[in-house]
Amino acid sequence: MAPITVTIKLFAHFRHGRFKEADHQFPPGTACRDVILGLGFRLGEMGIVMVNGQHAPLDHPLSERDTLALFPLVGGG
Amino acid sequence: MDKILRVNMTDLTTRVEETPAEWAGLGGRALTSTIVAKEVPPACHALGPHNKLVFAPGLLSGTAASNSGRLSAGAKSPLTGGIKESNVGGTAAQMFARLGIKALIVEGVPPGEGWYALKVGKDGVTIEEERGLLGLGNFAVIDALQALLGKKTGVIAIGPAGEMKLTSANISVKDPSGKIRSHGRGGLGAVMGSKRIKFIAIDDEGAPGIQIADPEAFKAASCVFTKALMDHPVSGQGLPTYGTNVLVNILHEAGGLPTRNFTHGQFDGHEQICGETMHDTIVARGGKPRHGCHAGCVIQCSQVYHDKEGQYLTSGFEYETIWGLGANCLIKELDDIALADSVMDDLGLDSIETAVAFGVAMEAGILPWGDGKEVVRILREEVGKGTALGRVIGSGAGAVGRTYGVTRVPVVKNQAIPAYDPRSVKGIGITYCTSPMGADHTAGYTIATNILNVGGQVDPLKKEGQVELSRNLQIATAAVDSTGMCIFIAFPALDIPECLPALIGMINARFGAKLTGEDVTGLGKSVLKLERAFNLAAGLTSADDRLPEFFCSDPVSPHQAVWDFTNEEIDAFWDF
Repeated sequence: MAPITVTIKLFAHFRHGRFKEADHQFPPGTACRDVILGLGFRLGEMGIVMVNGQHAPLDHPLSERDTLALFPLVGGG
Repeated sequence: MDKILRVNMTDLTTRVEETPAEWAGLGGRALTSTIVAKEVPPACHALGPHNKLVFAPGLLSGTAASNSGRLSAGAKSPLTGGIKESNVGGTAAQMFARLGIKALIVEGVPPGEGWYALKVGKDGVTIEEERGLLGLGNFAVIDALQALLGKKTGVIAIGPAGEMKLTSANISVKDPSGKIRSHGRGGLGAVMGSKRIKFIAIDDEGAPGIQIADPEAFKAASCVFTKALMDHPVSGQGLPTYGTNVLVNILHEAGGLPTRNFTHGQFDGHEQICGETMHDTIVARGGKPRHGCHAGCVIQCSQVYHDKEGQYLTSGFEYETIWGLGANCLIKELDDIALADSVMDDLGLDSIETAVAFGVAMEAGILPWGDGKEVVRILREEVGKGTALGRVIGSGAGAVGRTYGVTRVPVVKNQAIPAYDPRSVKGIGITYCTSPMGADHTAGYTIATNILNVGGQVDPLKKEGQVELSRNLQIATAAVDSTGMCIFIAFPALDIPECLPALIGMINARFGAKLTGEDVTGLGKSVLKLERAFNLAAGLTSADDRLPEFFCSDPVSPHQAVWDFTNEEIDAFWDF
């Protein structure tokens, strides 16, 4: 099966030594967890994981043209 | 025993009173709201002689407890027509607490046209006529008072906006750097202006200091509490590094960043104004990415922002201000927003109310969208000089909407809705509707659980669980606002089991009390109900616990979300 293209957005210190936003290709059915580990993160570092602007569980399977946004635990108010 | 200072501006007398037994266990918001509810006729004019302005440090203010230096101010609000509590950092709360001042109550309105200053010290409070500092901005007032009274003097002041009794006027409090923190919301600066008090100077020389009933127990609980603050990723690392402005990109991504006067949920200029960009800009220009609003703050979410020449431009540069002029007014230049922030601080204007007022003004065609230079000009030349247009803008978003016939006016109880769209973050919409303060994100910060995954997860786009979430957070917040604690201690308190017992342990050790978690929850409930009862007696009804109509009819992108709670569902908030 053809690979899927996913836009990955990183925020706060996750950007250090990596990137702000990039398109990556993955095999169909790749989960958020696989992408996170593939980028060298530990799962415990994840504060917010969003797919297309909505919170997603780590085992959420990604689809063609999805946007995956990864935030460390941060906050404000 | 701590004392009550009472100032009567009608006959220009002052006195020191014993603290009534029923007020002994109260502080901060619990005390200001109790005093306002007991002594202010709810139907009175907020700028008339029957309103009272009350200041109270929190229960733990002045102690070594981390993040305990918040000062509450309370009165009937001229903006909402209901009760108001607004709290602030700075140096005043700790000075009041060391002086043994439980509360300062200012009542009455002076005869004649004169202006006054209050001087608070170890022997009580005195009233003096004031002429020299009238009309000056807050920065000049603080500089002049430090030159006259010494660097250590505490200052609580109003700027020209408060002197004009504009309903967006705030009360400024000197911070440890000689700059400004604000009792921002609800127009309390107009109440201080109505009593014709330009400033309150505080001298804590010879103060008796704080008596701790059980110093060993206090120290032990304080260590646990501070460790929880440092260990939690939000209060220990996120807030110190990026400040509150890290939220721009988060809310943009979640589709909850109100843009172009609440027309959209995302802003294409988000990267230019976001916390990450701000952090890099501050570091590159030699500013300070970390800065505390009061001594003893270990979170340090504030910052010092320099201009292109490396000179001080502003501090306490918060997400809500940056959102309000940024996404909401489409201004993409962070330097323009920083300059506007500084001018608002100097004039003594609530930067949330004023930013939202500018969004409504842009919708009305008074100035172009995204024109940060014109915002600064209007602030200086119109609001600062008290022109008719300036007074309309300085009276808040609701006043601008009514004056110019705008229907998209984001207010609840006439107070501007801040930086989180209630259609796509529904829990915060319940807080906006039901808080006795009017639209106030801090009153029950559901963003923690709706968006940030702190204290669990409640889907921001669904209705399920939002009323309970807002209710629990509003009850907890009313209690925390009474301790003198910064609201950001809620992040560790929601996630780290030792945090809240340590906070209660400190209160017990300070006063020799035996409060339980249930007692503290009970305090929060009673404060909310007291405030609600005041509002009902003042003439507000459940019809005031509603979002403006456009939130129900106009979907917000990208999720095409609308506000879809029934009146009955909202009113169920009060079932406790």
